Amino acid sequence: MVKRIISLAMISLVASSAFAGGYRISMQGQRQLAMGHTGVAVIGNAETMFFNPAASVYLEDRFNFSAGMTALVADTKFQNETYNWENSTQNIGTPFYVYGSAKITDWLTAGLAVYSPYGSAVEWDRDWQGSHLVNNIDLKAIYFQPTIAVRIGDHFSFGGGPIYVNGGVEFNRNLSRSMTDESGNRTDVTIEAKGVHAWGYTAGFLVSLDEHFRMGLNYRSEIIMKADEGKAKFNDVPAFGKDMFVDGGIKASMPLPAELTVGASYEFNKWLFAFDYNRTYWRAYDALVIEFDNPAIGTSVNPRNYKDSSTYRLGMQYAANDKWDFRLGWYYDESPVQDGYFAPETPRNDSRAYTGGLTYTFANKFAVDFVVSYLHFSETNNSYDYYMEDGNPVSFGGTYLSSVFAAGLGLSYSF
Amino acid sequence: MKKRYIYALPLFVIALVSCEPSFDNEINADTYTNGDADFSVYVAVGNSLTSGFMDGTIFKSGQQYSFPNILAKQFEVVGGGSFTQPSFEDDISNVGGLLLGGNQIPGVSTRLIMNMATSSPENIKGTPTIEVSKLQARAYNNMGVPNAKVFHLLLKGYGDIAGVANKTANPYFVRHATQPSASVLEDAMSMKPTFFTNWIGANDVLSYATSGGEGVDRVGNPDPRTYGGNDITDPGLFSVAYKQIVDGLTANGAKGVVATIPDVTSIPFFTTVPYNPITVELLGGPEKVDALNQFIGLFKQILGSQGQGDRLQLLSKNTPNPLLIQDKGLVDMAPVLKVALANAGLGLPQSAIDFIANAYGQARHATAKDLMLLTSKAQIGAAAFEPTGVELIDMLNVKGVTYPIGDQFVLNQVEQSTVKTATIAFNNIVRSVAADKNLAVADMNAILNKAVVGIKVADGQIYTADYFTGLGNLNKVMFSLDGVHPNARGYAFVATEILHVINKHYNAKIPLVNPGAYPGPTLLPSN
Repeated sequence: MVKRIISLAMISLVASSAFAGGYRISMQGQRQLAMGHTGVAVIGNAETMFFNPAASVYLEDRFNFSAGMTALVADTKFQNETYNWENSTQNIGTPFYVYGSAKITDWLTAGLAVYSPYGSAVEWDRDWQGSHLVNNIDLKAIYFQPTIAVRIGDHFSFGGGPIYVNGGVEFNRNLSRSMTDESGNRTDVTIEAKGVHAWGYTAGFLVSLDEHFRMGLNYRSEIIMKADEGKAKFNDVPAFGKDMFVDGGIKASMPLPAELTVGASYEFNKWLFAFDYNRTYWRAYDALVIEFDNPAIGTSVNPRNYKDSSTYRLGMQYAANDKWDFRLGWYYDESPVQDGYFAPETPRNDSRAYTGGLTYTFANKFAVDFVVSYLHFSETNNSYDYYMEDGNPVSFGGTYLSSVFAAGLGLSYSF
Repeated sequence: MKKRYIYALPLFVIALVSCEPSFDNEINADTYTNGDADFSVYVAVGNSLTSGFMDGTIFKSGQQYSFPNILAKQFEVVGGGSFTQPSFEDDISNVGGLLLGGNQIPGVSTRLIMNMATSSPENIKGTPTIEVSKLQARAYNNMGVPNAKVFHLLLKGYGDIAGVANKTANPYFVRHATQPSASVLEDAMSMKPTFFTNWIGANDVLSYATSGGEGVDRVGNPDPRTYGGNDITDPGLFSVAYKQIVDGLTANGAKGVVATIPDVTSIPFFTTVPYNPITVELLGGPEKVDALNQFIGLFKQILGSQGQGDRLQLLSKNTPNPLLIQDKGLVDMAPVLKVALANAGLGLPQSAIDFIANAYGQARHATAKDLMLLTSKAQIGAAAFEPTGVELIDMLNVKGVTYPIGDQFVLNQVEQSTVKTATIAFNNIVRSVAADKNLAVADMNAILNKAVVGIKVADGQIYTADYFTGLGNLNKVMFSLDGVHPNARGYAFVATEILHVINKHYNAKIPLVNPGAYPGPTLLPSN
């Protein structure tokens, strides 16, 4: 039932896996994650390349580097009392980031950010009760983002840059609730789209009212991942369907929604407090549409009808001395999934996250960041009601409960 | 410091792997309850509907979807014990059918599959390997015996192999009767049931209906030894036998469910073939219609002289036309036709006139009130005789159009009324016996009548009492290709309805089954 981790070596360098509403992963900086993933108005280290490029111009050193990886374990449990269905899935993920910035002049900084803000890896037991919706999904997207930041005067800076995304998805589900081949194996289809790429941008500004108080805004544009050369592979097809369910090409697209963040931070002696508000424009994800090149199969329309959602983040940092920094954070993340659209491919509800971490800085300015976070998703009794079977919508649902534990390690260096 | 963190990270992750969230109301040992009933030994008695019969036979993979087997799996969480069914391990190629001494028993063919090349149900190619003479001699939890009528369950010798040839024994029961003289009820009782389902009685009226009313209504005659296979059981006999069965099953305090008998109008065997499928295209175009109408007009004129002109109607070029059928309830007009045809100056020899007159003596066009049996489908358009070379005669060689389809393929209004009367009588007996013993009643009659228009189940799917219509209802058809018995999905639907009844009547909480996950018809690209 549970996909136990066999070896940590399985954690590859490629990011994947999910949590937060939908398929967004909020793990783009260990220091900021420890502060509830706030940071749009924080001048910290190179992590600011992600949180608000406009802030990077304020970094003290000429060169700033930061990299990190998080190992997360996402648990989801499912049960349906009417039918005595119980299931669970455990998936691991390793979101990562690499940031670097260089001060070109006093007022201009350039940099490059590579990170993985979206992903979803969920693997249910093959042929489980909801297998007509999903057996497993693995969605990956890596962002490459060159930026510049410009300071105008002492109180205002702006920054941004283009985003190049490279990603892919593999998705498997059973063709129907009961179709099998002649040996009784359930018929399934794997949809695969690899090397899908697209462009977007990010932009933001930072206002430093005084030495203590800052306000920031950052926007990351929507990016539509269009797969024109995806593949569909049918498995365990019964003989009568062999002519129809032929492996072939597919076209599909999936939005990586736009995200707007506004926030403020206040620095006082050894303390730093930060508040961020995210608005994620999930409404872009109205349906997962898969067009099969084979006209005999046609187009599969799977309504999602996501709604825009908000996240509220709080974080604080205590700089004990020039070696140790300690951080705590919390956030509340609204699920973009509406009632009746709760599909087990992203089985997650509203969540609360509790984060904490610390940094140890060596004398040579080399720093190690450590973070842990725990996300608790509210239990939800929900269903996906838009699976069409012979012309009628059929509901699949039950009670879902998810949690995510994560531990991350980061390295920073500046000079 | 740094190194220690690096080591701590994977350890931390491993530690967290063992932590799982837990539901507010986690499904556990207390979630489901047996209520007032004891499911430790569940025994099912009945006929083919209990045995797992589908697609015209019992076959190995189909038997596992018998509704009692599905129920027993659900009972497991509320104290249900193991559930055994007669062995079909010798159905090596999973085709069903029956052999007696190596020879196929007539009428018990291989299972039906849908041949996608011909778009018609066919017996799957293959040879039955289920040998009746391999006696298992043991009682099972599933005591459903195909073809059994209510009084058969009490009949000693119903499992005696010596009686198979002269049809006093039932080959399915022979396979597992504990001894030749055992009755089905005795063997069932030897299991010492604590809970039972009893769905018997359908064959007491349905075999008459599926034979197109060829049997006799035995109302008032309580002696089953005088009955033929297609006869309707006397309600008096039904009542006595049914009481005896339920008295036996409840003798040791067992509780259970009895089920009512469905109406013929809710079974696709009787509702799939329309009475009027004959279009102008099928007739060969408008010119052909005119030619046929001249011929029909002549008959209408002759029959009209006897006040029987409305037996036939002229064919329409615009709307689908009714089938030509035989109705043995009609006065035989052959003598009148012989005289009239001889006088009509058609130049036919006497033998041809006799042939035509005899064929049309009890012929009429079907009406919306006739139920064409599923078996009539293969009759439509078929040849009735070897072509003679005489044009006028050979024109008659199209069954359902110019040659009447036999009475045994039609359940006419009179026969339907007979069936309905018996069904009501039997179901009243079932309900009254159940009430006397305070047993739960699964009203399959009412449920299937609702399914005629469609029953919406918990997940939103709407199940109907339709026959397989193609890929349009592949995932929701409930009836097997024989048109009478449910398929696996249908039996899951039946099990769910019975679970509802048990939960309500016995204050139990047993998880339901979801029919949508169960297979429908077997489709093959060729046969």
